[in-house]
Amino acid sequence: MAGSGENKTAMMRLSKFKYLAPRSVNDAAKMLADAGPTASVVAGGTDLYPNMKRRHQTPKTLIGLRRVEGMRGVSGTPEGGLRIGPMTTLTALERNATVKAAHPGLWKAVHSISTPILRNMGTLGGNICLDTRCNYYDQNYEWRRAINFCMKCDGDTCWVAPGSKVCLAVSSSDTAPLLCAIGARLHLVSATGEREIAAHELYRRDGIHFLSKRPDELLTEIVLPATNGWRSTYRKLRRREAFDFPVLGVGAWASFDGPVVKEARIFLGAVSPAPVEAAEAAKSLVGTRLEPDAVARASDLAYGPAKPVDNTDFLTRWRKEMTKVYVKGALEDLRGS
Amino acid sequence: MKTRLPRKRKVHLRIRVNGETHEVAFAPHKTLLEVLREDMGLTGTKHGCELGECGTCTVLIDGEPQLSCLVLGLECEGMDIITVEGLADGPQPHPLQQSFAELGAAQCGYCTPGILLASKALLDEDPNPPRDRIREALSGNLCRCTGYIKIYEAVELAARRLKDPKAEPSREILRGYEV
Ligand SMILES: Cc1cc2nc3c(=O)[nH]c(=O)nc-3n(C[C@H](O)[C@H](O)[C@H](O)COP(=O)(O)OP(=O)(O)OC[C@H]3O[C@@H](n4cnc5c(N)ncnc54)[C@H](O)[C@@H]3O)c2cc1C
Ligand code: SF4
Ligand code: FES
Ligand code: FES
Repeated sequence: MAGSGENKTAMMRLSKFKYLAPRSVNDAAKMLADAGPTASVVAGGTDLYPNMKRRHQTPKTLIGLRRVEGMRGVSGTPEGGLRIGPMTTLTALERNATVKAAHPGLWKAVHSISTPILRNMGTLGGNICLDTRCNYYDQNYEWRRAINFCMKCDGDTCWVAPGSKVCLAVSSSDTAPLLCAIGARLHLVSATGEREIAAHELYRRDGIHFLSKRPDELLTEIVLPATNGWRSTYRKLRRREAFDFPVLGVGAWASFDGPVVKEARIFLGAVSPAPVEAAEAAKSLVGTRLEPDAVARASDLAYGPAKPVDNTDFLTRWRKEMTKVYVKGALEDLRGS
Repeated sequence: MKTRLPRKRKVHLRIRVNGETHEVAFAPHKTLLEVLREDMGLTGTKHGCELGECGTCTVLIDGEPQLSCLVLGLECEGMDIITVEGLADGPQPHPLQQSFAELGAAQCGYCTPGILLASKALLDEDPNPPRDRIREALSGNLCRCTGYIKIYEAVELAARRLKDPKAEPSREILRGYEV
């Protein structure tokens, strides 16, 4: 009969929690501070809810941000720097003509995420704060118990690198390397104050403590740099063209003086617990016209900083090898557009 | 089950499902999928992976396809939900249902409710979608039986039938292509 018990069907259920639905950023920040470390905010839930079903996270209090005013939408102008609310869904960003025209790199990264249905639900803020991923971690509770868990959750060994002091779970956000490369800024608010940081400062090379953001801080705005003669792009490697997280992402940015590169930045995603800057590769592009030789040299230099480990889809060596190919493709995008 | 203690702290909410407003009481940690299937008896919405990885639980929320396994029932307060049970017009199946049945676009049928709803959202937005657009719109719904071609053909036929109820499938679609 309808309404009968939960345990009749085998289903992965969410852990239990108290749900709060603040209407303002201030209320949300205060609730988060009051509820302490066992609370979590939830945006679209497409990362947090699967994690709760697998018992990675079991927040006692959930603070839903969907009814908070002023956290959604795109404002400003490209020339003055677009400001994006973290609750803007990925679909809304994808359909925003200004974003598509002025920030093709961000658009490509967003368009490459998961599936159209998940993009209707997932938000930019959730994508930026996405949990790190690992084959030994993204499994249900019973699976993880069978291997006696791992350091990131409930256990104390790292099955990828048993000698490692830090967890090597992979930064798997598609927008993270792109936002780092273009130099986006993130606005954080807590009950005790607010601050703005560069996107790359948010991430730490530690699969467990992968964000420098304090747990009581909310991401309230993403500020894109003013468009003035720079270009950006994103390239992503994965097995299927839908659903799959990146096993390599390349966010690339360059500013130009005519056809000549003035400055460049390249960030690699999914090869470490944080987006990794390929600084030497980017530096080697300065003064070039992204001619084939320059692109080949930079692609070789980007190979070094890519340090994937054996915890995602595909062979590790091949993923590392592909860095050259995908950086080359990204730099060709920058030259071509 | 008579001895079960009364469930504590249920939430009482109004949600609109298939055009009707329902008052439902359920535990606050339940997903929309669980509420539909267990508290409202609407088992047309299937549960597959429960982690966002298959798309079979797709429903329309305010006209947009979303995964009912990854949204809380209580997050749906005041929203308009369409499930597969709401597709037919009385005894008359929706043109999508009709063409799926006719062209063999449903085999085991497990993916079908989700695919029907994702297809409906697409046709509501673009009554004449090219094949690429259909492929993209359905790329979040896995089907392990059909190989997708039949599904694309059925969506195309339904699109034609929504304009001309008498539209028939082409000979090639029914009998195969001559080589
Ligand atoms: C099958 C599947 C495939 C996927 N594929 C991809 C992919 O290819 N690429 C990719 O990048 N992602 C992918 N994802 C992950 C996810 O869907 C997206 O990253 C999405 O953008 C997350 O957003 P959300 O709003 O759903 O996040 P939520 O799940 O709501 O939140 C994620 C985390 O961010 C925190 N958070 C959210 N908003 C804020 C805020 N404003 N302030 C502070 N903290 C906040 C939450 O507390 C939580 O810890 C996939 C997910 C699934 C289920
Ligand atoms: S890298 Fe090691 S500690 Fe981190 S999630 Fe994987 S197995 Fe666990
Ligand atoms: S059951 Fe919801 S996506 Fe598989
Ligand atoms: S018909 Fe069997 S999964 Fe699609």
